[in-house]
Amino acid sequence: MVDDMYREVILDHYKNPRGHGVIEGADAQAEGVNPLCGDEVTIYVQFEEDGETIDEVKFSGRGCAISQASTSMLMEIVKGRKADEIAALPKEELLEEIGIPLTPIRLKCALLGLGVLKVALHRAKGTALPDEWAGLDELELR
Amino acid sequence: MAVTARSTLDAQKLRADFPIFEQKIHGKPLAYLDSAASSQKPRQVLDVMREFYETSYANVHRGVYTLSERATEGYEGAREKARAFVNAPSAREVIFTRSATESINLVAYAWGLDNLGPGDLVLVTELEHHSNFVPWQYIAKRTGADFRMLPIDDGGELRLDGLDELTADTQVKVVATNLVSNSLGTVNPVERLGSWAHAQGAIMVVDAAQGAPHHRIDVQALDCDFLAFSSHKLCGPTGVGALWGRAELLEQMAPFNTGGHMIRSVRLEETTWGDLPYKFEAGTQPIAEAVGFGAAMDYVNEVGLAAIEEYESELVAYTLDRFAELGGITSYGPPPERRAGIVSFNVEGIHPHDVAQVLDSEGVAIRAGHHCCQPLMTRLGIAATNRASYYLYSVPDEIDRLVEGLRKVRKILG
Repeated sequence: MVDDMYREVILDHYKNPRGHGVIEGADAQAEGVNPLCGDEVTIYVQFEEDGETIDEVKFSGRGCAISQASTSMLMEIVKGRKADEIAALPKEELLEEIGIPLTPIRLKCALLGLGVLKVALHRAKGTALPDEWAGLDELELR
Repeated sequence: MAVTARSTLDAQKLRADFPIFEQKIHGKPLAYLDSAASSQKPRQVLDVMREFYETSYANVHRGVYTLSERATEGYEGAREKARAFVNAPSAREVIFTRSATESINLVAYAWGLDNLGPGDLVLVTELEHHSNFVPWQYIAKRTGADFRMLPIDDGGELRLDGLDELTADTQVKVVATNLVSNSLGTVNPVERLGSWAHAQGAIMVVDAAQGAPHHRIDVQALDCDFLAFSSHKLCGPTGVGALWGRAELLEQMAPFNTGGHMIRSVRLEETTWGDLPYKFEAGTQPIAEAVGFGAAMDYVNEVGLAAIEEYESELVAYTLDRFAELGGITSYGPPPERRAGIVSFNVEGIHPHDVAQVLDSEGVAIRAGHHCCQPLMTRLGIAATNRASYYLYSVPDEIDRLVEGLRKVRKILG
């Protein structure tokens, strides 16, 4: 099972994270912490001139291989897509991409980045976070 | 396997008492290195509980019938065992609770709400488990009292030399500490802290949840006023803990929970409280669990707390030696002879969750996280650690497998 979890593509994203860094003066930004293990992720989004299309997206922070790799994969998934589409992105799309069996605890690691990105986008657009993520906004994100 | 057998404890033999070790995890024998979170249970405890349910179970203190008397004998017999376990002067000073956490909440609410106010100080330590931190922080806020934390030094020991300066401008009313740190294993100098607390006119509250399984406790020698411990960390069932408190304080205190069983008389105008310890035992208690708790204390006594403590020190020393060989491991806490069987560590560059996940695939169960000690993690400048913790059934082979597992962790994630 552990070989499934730490399969090649996960380790590759963990060791060579895509979009790792900071965007100064980003159009949208949020930071989240998983209180169980102290994983921290901050996500920065820059829109194209239309104010909708994600032109550039980066993340910083520290955490376990699963949270870092899944956030790195997320950066590749969302680049070039529309803000409202990503704000409504079903978590299954990311989980499919990650493609590994996750226990309930590790699921929180895997979804930390997506939760933070959604908060950043909803905040920037002034829209409400969907119910299934609402708990995250209060408990784990700042 | 180079543990020199100084201790008289035969862990390999004791291990056979624990049915949990008869199974395989991911096809491998279980190496259970998370006893500080909760210990496993021996057949002797499980059998006593089963037999109690099968032959002696009824509600206690109520029926005049034989079965209820038998159940009451079992329950009160467990109270006497708990009294003897911490050498309390009287069994009426021993209250059964749900857990050590509830024991501390009982003191924080029942004593704190009536005795704390603005200008008073509640002092806890940087080593506290949230169980002995959050209740005090909460009650201090509600009463307007100050709340401060006694820091530790780089070796993980309490800075007793800083006590006077830290509290110079205020009236210390409560000093709360754990006997053994659940994160670092530090055995704290409770006697000295207790004498200091009493010199300030404060009460001394000891969280012995982590201490009681590993260290002989004598509340009369400790110079404390309240001491909380629980069953599940010392081979007993979950759902029951105990609070010892000085009778004179317990008598002055208002009840914590109210309801059935804790009363003397109930009228519309007023209810009066029962005597100690029943004043603090509202509702049906965890009866069979208390009986199991008693059996667990018997079991631990038979093995011997001195032998347990010595054996755990040997396991800690062995672990640190193996870590030194392996290299790239940062470990936290005092030297082995100053701690219970706990080793908190980090593997250079690898997150504790990933370490614990890979180890699990080898059948090695360790803890990864903040261990309910976020203030301590802040002090150490880290988010989390790995923690291997031992008990009387732990064997060096499990530590060898931990070290082998760490090699695999490095191979995968390094």
